[in-house]
Amino acid sequence: MSLYSQLMTDYKHAVEMTFVADARYKMFLSGLGVTLEITVGALLLGVLIGTTVAILRVYHHQTGRMKFLNFLMNCYLTIFRGTPVVVQLMIWYFVVFMSLNNPILVAIVAFGVNSGAYVAEIARAGIMAVDIGQTEAGRSLGLSAWQTMRFIVLPQAFKNVLPALSNELISLLKETSVVGYIAVVDLTKAADLVRARTFQAFMPLLFVAVTYLLMVLILTQFQRLLEARLRESDRRLAK
Amino acid sequence: MEKTTQAMIEVQELHKSFGEHEVLSGITETIQKGEKVVVIGPSGSGKSTFLRCLNLLETPTSGRIFVNGVEITRKGCKVDLLRQKMGMVFQHFNLFPHKTILENITLAPVQLKLMSRKDAVDKAMSLLTRIGLADRAASYPSMLSGGQKQRVAIVRALAMNPEVMLFDEPTSALDPEMVGEVLSLMKDLADAGMTMIVVTHEMGFAREVANRVLFMDGGKILEQNTPKEFFANPQHPRLHDFLAKVL
Repeated sequence: MSLYSQLMTDYKHAVEMTFVADARYKMFLSGLGVTLEITVGALLLGVLIGTTVAILRVYHHQTGRMKFLNFLMNCYLTIFRGTPVVVQLMIWYFVVFMSLNNPILVAIVAFGVNSGAYVAEIARAGIMAVDIGQTEAGRSLGLSAWQTMRFIVLPQAFKNVLPALSNELISLLKETSVVGYIAVVDLTKAADLVRARTFQAFMPLLFVAVTYLLMVLILTQFQRLLEARLRESDRRLAK
Repeated sequence: MEKTTQAMIEVQELHKSFGEHEVLSGITETIQKGEKVVVIGPSGSGKSTFLRCLNLLETPTSGRIFVNGVEITRKGCKVDLLRQKMGMVFQHFNLFPHKTILENITLAPVQLKLMSRKDAVDKAMSLLTRIGLADRAASYPSMLSGGQKQRVAIVRALAMNPEVMLFDEPTSALDPEMVGEVLSLMKDLADAGMTMIVVTHEMGFAREVANRVLFMDGGKILEQNTPKEFFANPQHPRLHDFLAKVL
């Protein structure tokens, strides 16, 4: 019984030190906010870049035009998929934006540009999986190439790639945990700072691990709902 | 070039190659307003490619095409405007699976700002009523039969008020029992005076509806005639051969 009460005492002590003392829970909360801010910002930037690159690359593939731009886009994909994101992050922060004192913005750019390279390939696969007859039908009605892409091809492509896109978002969320390298205090860095101050390692790290896991579970659930909604048009029975 | 009677579509020395392979080897043809022209021929004869060149879904390798006297093959031609006036119906329907039947029909007129949303819906509903599918307006294409899909695809093209309709083997992907409903809609259209160019294997339709039947093989129009003469007195040995096999 004394072993049990000893454990309980240690546990209470750890919780007290990690979250309560000096109101350290606030560090976790603000860290969580930073993690979400970077993830959402990078997601939007990544989807914007990725979709644009994918459309241009499909256009090049179909028409053979814009060879030089396609070459540049290939370089982009190769470089950003071929180097570690944490190295890219440091290059953006310490080299490219060395005079900009806004590390969160730099993190959004770094993760967004990196994610864009992955989204570009996901989106390209999704666009190319849509039957060419869909494009022909749109164009034959007099819609422009862009209108056909926007109203006919992209919605179907998005439905095709939703699982892959959701994977990318999950990776992105977890990858942001390296922003501590450029002195941003996100969820992970907050836990690390608390660990260093309290000499309690297990409690803060367990807490952030569970928090990431919960966020991923919520995202997965959200993806399921969205997917079910988009599959509405596949149902064979009339309502 | 001034012309006294302006043809709807005029094709001059049309060539089309895919790489080394020449699919169209010099087609010259004129189609008048209100004509119903049926194009038949074996697979690979170039008939679908010919049709797809007319609204520039395929870019001709050489030759010129005029629509209402305007050359559409010259550089800088407003292709999208041209296509608004040329409806096309595909073998595989190509309805938009993520849109309801009603949205399939109204999408182009509304996005191209040719009609207000309300007018487009009214027009779509009256067209759907005409083909007996008004009650399916809110359904998705996956819920329709093949024949229903193709009739909706025809109506979708009609919603643009086209001056000419191109049909690319519209019944080839249908179950035999559904061919009739599609052909009868096409016949109604023909009776209403629509200019139509139809690539098909339906000889009965050619016989009954066409003003003129063209026979294509090897990328050329080998023979053309009124349906009566075409089927009763085929001249070209290749056409003899073809008709012997299909009739």
